[in-house]
Amino acid sequence: MGIELSELWFVLIGVLFVGFFFLEGFDYGVGILLPFVGKTDKERRVVINSIGPVWDANEVWLLTAGGAMFAAFPHWYATMFSGFYLALFVILFGLIIRGVAFEFRSKADDVRWRRTWDYAIFLGSLIPAILFGVAFANIVRGMAIDETMTYTGTFFDLLNPYSLVGGLVTLSLFILHGALFLEMKTEGEIRERVQAITRPAWFAAVVLTVGFVLFSFVDTTMFDSVNPVQVVSLLGTVGALLFAGFNLFRARFGLAFIGNGLAIVGVVALLFSSLFPNVMPSTTDVAYSLTVYNASSTEYTLSIMTVVALFFVPLVLMYQGWTYWVFRKRVTTDSHLEY
Amino acid sequence: MDALELARLQFGVTTVYHFFFVPLTLGLSIIVAIMHTQWVRTGDERYEKMTKFWGKLFLINFAMGVVTGIVQEFQFGMNWSEYSRFVGDIFGAPLAIEALMAFFLESTFLGLWIFGWGRLPQKVHLATIWLAALGANLSAYWILVANSFMQNPVGYEVVDGRATMTDFIALITNPNVLLQFPHVVLGGFVTGAFFVMGISAFHLLRGNRQTEENKLMFRRSFNIGMAFGLVAIVGTMFAGHAQGQHMADYQPMKLAAAEGIWEDEDPAGLSMFQIGDESSRQAIINIQIPSLLSLLTYDTPDGMVRGINSLNAEYQERFADRYDEAFAEQHGMTEVNYIPPAIWLTYWSFRAMVGAGVFMFVLILIGLFFRWRGTLLNRALYLRMMVLAILLPYVANTTGWLLTEFGRQPWIVFGEMRIEEAVSPNVGVGALLITLIGFTLIYGVLMAADIWLLWKYGSAGIDKGDGDAVPVEGVPQPDAQPAVSY
Repeated sequence: MGIELSELWFVLIGVLFVGFFFLEGFDYGVGILLPFVGKTDKERRVVINSIGPVWDANEVWLLTAGGAMFAAFPHWYATMFSGFYLALFVILFGLIIRGVAFEFRSKADDVRWRRTWDYAIFLGSLIPAILFGVAFANIVRGMAIDETMTYTGTFFDLLNPYSLVGGLVTLSLFILHGALFLEMKTEGEIRERVQAITRPAWFAAVVLTVGFVLFSFVDTTMFDSVNPVQVVSLLGTVGALLFAGFNLFRARFGLAFIGNGLAIVGVVALLFSSLFPNVMPSTTDVAYSLTVYNASSTEYTLSIMTVVALFFVPLVLMYQGWTYWVFRKRVTTDSHLEY
Repeated sequence: MDALELARLQFGVTTVYHFFFVPLTLGLSIIVAIMHTQWVRTGDERYEKMTKFWGKLFLINFAMGVVTGIVQEFQFGMNWSEYSRFVGDIFGAPLAIEALMAFFLESTFLGLWIFGWGRLPQKVHLATIWLAALGANLSAYWILVANSFMQNPVGYEVVDGRATMTDFIALITNPNVLLQFPHVVLGGFVTGAFFVMGISAFHLLRGNRQTEENKLMFRRSFNIGMAFGLVAIVGTMFAGHAQGQHMADYQPMKLAAAEGIWEDEDPAGLSMFQIGDESSRQAIINIQIPSLLSLLTYDTPDGMVRGINSLNAEYQERFADRYDEAFAEQHGMTEVNYIPPAIWLTYWSFRAMVGAGVFMFVLILIGLFFRWRGTLLNRALYLRMMVLAILLPYVANTTGWLLTEFGRQPWIVFGEMRIEEAVSPNVGVGALLITLIGFTLIYGVLMAADIWLLWKYGSAGIDKGDGDAVPVEGVPQPDAQPAVSY
């Protein structure tokens, strides 16, 4: 059929990261907005409970993407995780304090206790929201990788202007995503505060995304040879952001949420299509780059994983989708708040 | 310490820590599901209160298991990149399947359960806790499939320096996992049972200083824990015994280290107390029960159990091509050995695990006797012991893993890859120290918060707000909105 399993798995890894960025994207956004839109304890509880039933399952998309990367492209997993060593430690730190905070925060009636965990939720959402963007920007920009597929640079090499802009792109998209999500899930004062944030957040997302694309033209080889998927995802991203803005200014927030969600999908698609057939281009020597062909598992493993994925991914989408249906109602200060 | 030792220490610290929370999740999820089922079946609202009480403790513990689990998945790539490259074709698949099949199930349906009170139809709501419990226990299977490949690699072939999968069915029906899975999961059930029995005993000891309702519900909880614990501990012991016999065939070095057998013995005695000298590789003091190890291993009073020294000599010959003098020099060894590090730790871990297990079995038998006599509530000494016995499963779980993983070394994949070859070449001592200290600090703080919350909610009665109940410090009294329960 003309497509190799390793190519299919490159797409599937992209799909898993789309799932992760789309779903955890608004979770991170909600966590970042927590101190700004929740002025009282009760309001902050409403904000947290808006993602209460779903945040954990959303995070599993990251674990699945990581596991699938390990299974389908062991070299990609090994090079990336050892290369981003300290950055991943910081991400893990954020994810640890954030996950525990949701569960622990409202279990004690103490102002300092709750404030501490609120900070944990804020920081634990802010850190990954930025650093996943930084990480992917570094990957598309290329990293110092030697002939043994080992990253030879330092932690500070990863903090270059281009990757930092990449981090701000994901940050702004996730803040907008979270604000629009909260707009649909809350009422009253919280909702008004969130609405006031959506417009500046949209401007920031547009400016940063466009800036990132222009920066990519200048600073990277991303657009040296352009493929059709790149063109479609670039135009799609811009179109989706404009669609989001158009609806935002007409106060149709549901449609704006869909638009921004599609923009997130578009950015992931743009990054992945720009990489292909590389998975981690080397700046040391093009010949040292990790590609979908030299970093992948065997046909046998990939075919087993394909069967597993084709069965379970739709199943997961079905029951996760049902969860959103069950909890479709807005959360208010009168709601039964678990967290 | 060099990078290898730091990476090993980090894996040990983060894994042992992670496994403080996992077993309780495995066991308590089922116990809570049983109580929830009882509520739906009988309509007795005491079961609903019990479900919520134990469910709250379950969730506090669960959160810790989740966040520490992320570290585990990332750590292979971060600290052990060469290992990840070597086994990725095999090892990654069970991890990915674990996430797809088990983690999604567990997290999605647990979210539905937590927030589903009054929102989902009763029976659908009941199904969500069972699906979450199923997800938790399924995840244990897949991670143990991965671990079993390290202990007893099957269904693979090494091609161009990488292990490649040739038989997926062989991988997931590894004899090692078929014994390890029931042992680990049932060990988790025991952990849940002793947790429930211990906290119930704490409340039962308060006698008349609490409401009759509380007493009744904690007695019921204790009984559920005892019945569940009995089945689980017996199953754990049988599975463990079978694992020991399996070990003699597949991992004789681990068995030799666990039993402190330095030279081949036929018949082999079971060592009860040994002080050994690991540099001269012999026992200094060794008290044995003659022939008992042969009997346990082969079901007959004789049969040879291989010793550490003869196995080492055999491996030195067998792997001489791959691990030669150049390898020894490169890694600062005088000669290449195949003896696990810290035999004393493996030896005493084994004894601690078995000892804790037998002790727990006896405690349950005593409890059953008192219950049969109808005197359980009057046995203050026994109930006090049961409170302390909450720690016993943790001793057994931890030492069990120490035995399993120390006894595997110096191999990271038995017969295929040594730990010296497995670490990330580009992660230095400085970076490892930062992460090791960082994880240790954050884990320490979180442990304190976790235990404090468990104590706070565990020591509060199920039936709060009654006139007779003694208010417990720090427990929020029911406010205008009693529905805020988590």
